[in-house]
Amino acid sequence: MACAVSTEPSTPAPTTDGFDVDAAWRLHPQVAIRPERFGALLYHFGTRRLSFVKNHVLLDVVTALGRQGSARTACAAAGVSEAELPVYVTALETLAASSMICERTAP
Amino acid sequence: MTVLAQRVGPLVEEFALGLDAPICLTWELTYACNLACVHCLSSSGRRDPRELSTEECKAVIDELERMQVFYVNIGGGEPTVRADFWELVDYATAHSVGVKFSTNGVKITPEVACRLAASDYVDVQISLDGATAEVNDAVRGAGSYDTARRAMRNLADAGMRGFKISVVMTRQNVGQLDAFKAIADEHDAQLRITRLRPSGRGADTWDELHPTAEQQRELYDWLVAHGEGVLTGDSFFHLAAYGEALPGLNLCGAGRVVCLIDPVGDVYACPFAIHENFLAGNVRDDGGFTAVWRESELFADLRRPQTGGACRSCSAFDSCRGGCMAAKFFTGLPLDGPDPECVKGHGAAALAGVEAGAAPRPSLDHSHRGAPRRPVPVRLGVRPAGATATAPSCDEDPLAGFRPGP
Repeated sequence: MACAVSTEPSTPAPTTDGFDVDAAWRLHPQVAIRPERFGALLYHFGTRRLSFVKNHVLLDVVTALGRQGSARTACAAAGVSEAELPVYVTALETLAASSMICERTAP
Repeated sequence: MTVLAQRVGPLVEEFALGLDAPICLTWELTYACNLACVHCLSSSGRRDPRELSTEECKAVIDELERMQVFYVNIGGGEPTVRADFWELVDYATAHSVGVKFSTNGVKITPEVACRLAASDYVDVQISLDGATAEVNDAVRGAGSYDTARRAMRNLADAGMRGFKISVVMTRQNVGQLDAFKAIADEHDAQLRITRLRPSGRGADTWDELHPTAEQQRELYDWLVAHGEGVLTGDSFFHLAAYGEALPGLNLCGAGRVVCLIDPVGDVYACPFAIHENFLAGNVRDDGGFTAVWRESELFADLRRPQTGGACRSCSAFDSCRGGCMAAKFFTGLPLDGPDPECVKGHGAAALAGVEAGAAPRPSLDHSHRGAPRRPVPVRLGVRPAGATATAPSCDEDPLAGFRPGP
């Protein structure tokens, strides 16, 4: 995840070609989380983009990413059922596309 | 993220009720400015002797860090003329408060440009109100076009990618939209256009400068065509009444998710509402900025559900929500009625009923003494003698770059 741009992107952020739910992920080091009653605000200081986490379960998933071996186990740890998983994977994919989260193996 | 939105309802509804801390805010560091733009929303020019000291500014930054305000939009006046400007920028970024600042470019030397290009946490907006010197300088003052273009060149040469070129849309420059875009592309910069408000000195010039109804349509069509490639500070949400919602957050965030701190520490609902009616408190009060944000009666009032008043029955109400509070206030219209630039024409009808001189006047004026206030010869290419300056970054919207995400 190259997040070195110093300004708001003028073109859409690169999209991930599918989201690897079995990979290890983490919050991008330049991203701050602010809890809110609806979920949380995420702000990326590098891209200057703001994102919204619109429920508390997703917030739990995002904060669990760094402690869990994969996105799948992070979802399970946050209480996401198998049936709900696709919805959360889509949300994580969106966050990855805007560099809010990145694979842990990335430099 | 939208797949998860239904669980809590539209976020706009959440934001309308206010947050415990602003998402971002505008902070005008000084009323001093080398320019004297005829539409300056803060009537800047002369420094105010009561302006916050360096230590007081740092205390505000400490509060913003505790409240997790992600970034501040710094403006003025011309903020870079403060001797401690860079010290404050460094202090903010070291305390996890990002900085975007607006400038007319006067201090953006090649050295400063290199420094800016090297920082991930500082962003810059160069104000430009005409794609040609003739159009720009009529509003911002003689020489201001060259100053801005030099600053842009310095930033581009330093490798600063994606800095902002910030344009206030006027009757004189709507026809230059493509030219503005070309200037931005040429510098690897991003175009940002915002709405002219009848605030500050803009109260005196709005009649001559604000886009015509036909131009509003032209602007809307241009925005729809250029979509996400151009930033707007979400300031044109009243145009959503034409049909298609524009990208961004269609909501007046005043006192709910944004606000203004002025150079003397006064906290207003928004940068376009510098008037005692929208003054919530001062950061020097007990409890500081935090208490003002969380406890002021004015902000509590703004966070109550709004009735919509006369606009409630309009088919476009859900998208335009009655438009801009400040634009209504300073043109003498009721706050629960239509925006003066209502695309359905209700604003023009309402304006016809406002008696001359009945609109509230801005509360403060730091204009350079002797600078002309009215009438303003905006069509002239040459500034009157004695008015060597133009306005600042008076085009800063609190929602600058505020992207609601995918």
